[in-house]
Amino acid sequence: MSPAAITAALVTGTATPTGLGPRIAASILQVAAVAVGGPLLVGLMAKIRARAEGRIGAPISQPLRDLRKLVRKERIHAEHASAVLTLAPLVLVASAAVAVAISPLVITAPVLAGGADAFVVVYLLLMGSVALALGGLDPGTAFGGMGSSRAMTIGALAEPALLVSILALSIQAETSNLPGIVTATLAHPGWMANPERLLALVAVVVVVIAETGRIPVDNPSTHLELTMIHEAMVLEHAGPDLGLVTLGEAMRLGLLFGLVANLFFPWGIATNASLPHLALGVGVLGAKAAAIALVIALIEVSTAKLRLFRVPELLSGAFVLAVLAVMTGLVTR
Amino acid sequence: MSAGTELDLVELTAGVVLACAVVTLWRRDLRALVAVLALQGVALAALAAVLALHTGDVGLGVVAGVVLLAKGLVIPNLLARVVRRDPGSRETTPLVNVPASLVAAAGLVIVAYLSAGRLTSLFPSPVTRLAPLGLATVLVGFFVLVTRRKAVSQIVGLLLVDNGVALVAFLLTAGVPLLVELGASFDVLLVVVVLQVLATSMRARFGHVDLDQLRELHD
Repeated sequence: MSPAAITAALVTGTATPTGLGPRIAASILQVAAVAVGGPLLVGLMAKIRARAEGRIGAPISQPLRDLRKLVRKERIHAEHASAVLTLAPLVLVASAAVAVAISPLVITAPVLAGGADAFVVVYLLLMGSVALALGGLDPGTAFGGMGSSRAMTIGALAEPALLVSILALSIQAETSNLPGIVTATLAHPGWMANPERLLALVAVVVVVIAETGRIPVDNPSTHLELTMIHEAMVLEHAGPDLGLVTLGEAMRLGLLFGLVANLFFPWGIATNASLPHLALGVGVLGAKAAAIALVIALIEVSTAKLRLFRVPELLSGAFVLAVLAVMTGLVTR
Repeated sequence: MSAGTELDLVELTAGVVLACAVVTLWRRDLRALVAVLALQGVALAALAAVLALHTGDVGLGVVAGVVLLAKGLVIPNLLARVVRRDPGSRETTPLVNVPASLVAAAGLVIVAYLSAGRLTSLFPSPVTRLAPLGLATVLVGFFVLVTRRKAVSQIVGLLLVDNGVALVAFLLTAGVPLLVELGASFDVLLVVVVLQVLATSMRARFGHVDLDQLRELHD
């Protein structure tokens, strides 16, 4: 089956023998898995960091317990803030949930797989970032504005690198449809060792570190005003709103880890919506995401946070690697 | 070894050579530059060795050995010796800052891809199609040469150009004659030795190896 035919089949929904109902169920399963798995990944990374630093650390389920605690708290709204502050967490979680539902995480062809273009998914993620930045600006406090401006700077640099490295994969697969790329890679296992994929993988890992706000770009556990990026932006959220922001960020992290895992190493992903396949898909996705979490947590432990003005160097490096990946893909095609 | 695996290996090593060239723009630490240069030399030698195995050409095999010895071991060791005498020395203020030079590298890579099309269309084959990677290495090497200030980074730029030329030669003609490669390697080796003497006497006289400071005459 040629890549173009695979895409066409995905768009028309004939790629899998399963009907619409099971695919909707599979999409809901994906959202549920990422909503629970994302916070667990955050907890796992904190645990690995703690162990590597010689501490015992909080249990892996700590982020989930924090979420439960936040949801039970009273809603408090900043005095001068408008509806933007209230809407921002909802937009963040909703955009992340849509992106998760259509991406090839547990199954290759979830509902609306034909629309799961790389650009659609990347811009759904961007929509959440913009909503969060607006929420940071809305109360008019100094730290919120500073955090938003920094987050947008980093986002604007990370975006092209992410898109260009997915482009390197789509040149090979002849489609920018994410399920199409995953299906084509499953059909050609030899692609996984190609030089352009290795270059694109390095670029994507740097982008994921920047997008999820990990060291060396941002320190997720800092509360020192001058170094904060993400924490400064969400400073004005409290109670259930803060819970939603935390959940949305964790879901984005889960989505990005899952996409990296499946775009580059699509072993074990379910190709149809039967129960054993889906169960295997969830298990394998969890294992692959945990492996990526291990790698990124070890990077975090072994590096120091970069000065803010050095972050563009890191991200432009990732961009050049992505361009190299595209060029290598073009010459070896 | 099957033909497919050989082609994969050639693609991988050619990709490593170009990636190393870009990493030299990324890093400021001179020790890291020398390490990257050594890796590039080893990748180039591996590429020559794979091509030699593929064609059964003994001369090319000897060339691979010469490349490994000169570009993978001897030259990086000489450079490492220069760097070691000046510990903590970094490329602090290149003429073009690091993000801008990385973006420029991306531009050079695209230029190389667009301009090498005519060259590769003379004799299209799976191996010659990779020639733009070598051309891009040459261009990035020239860029390092004109924008970096330290003597060591400039010599690294020169060696990048040399490695890029060698890569293009291996890919387009399946190897240079042994005599030419021996001559070129010996040439580069001489340049590095001269640089070592120059850097040593520069440090003895001025206390630094910043070539940019040498534009004015002093008593």
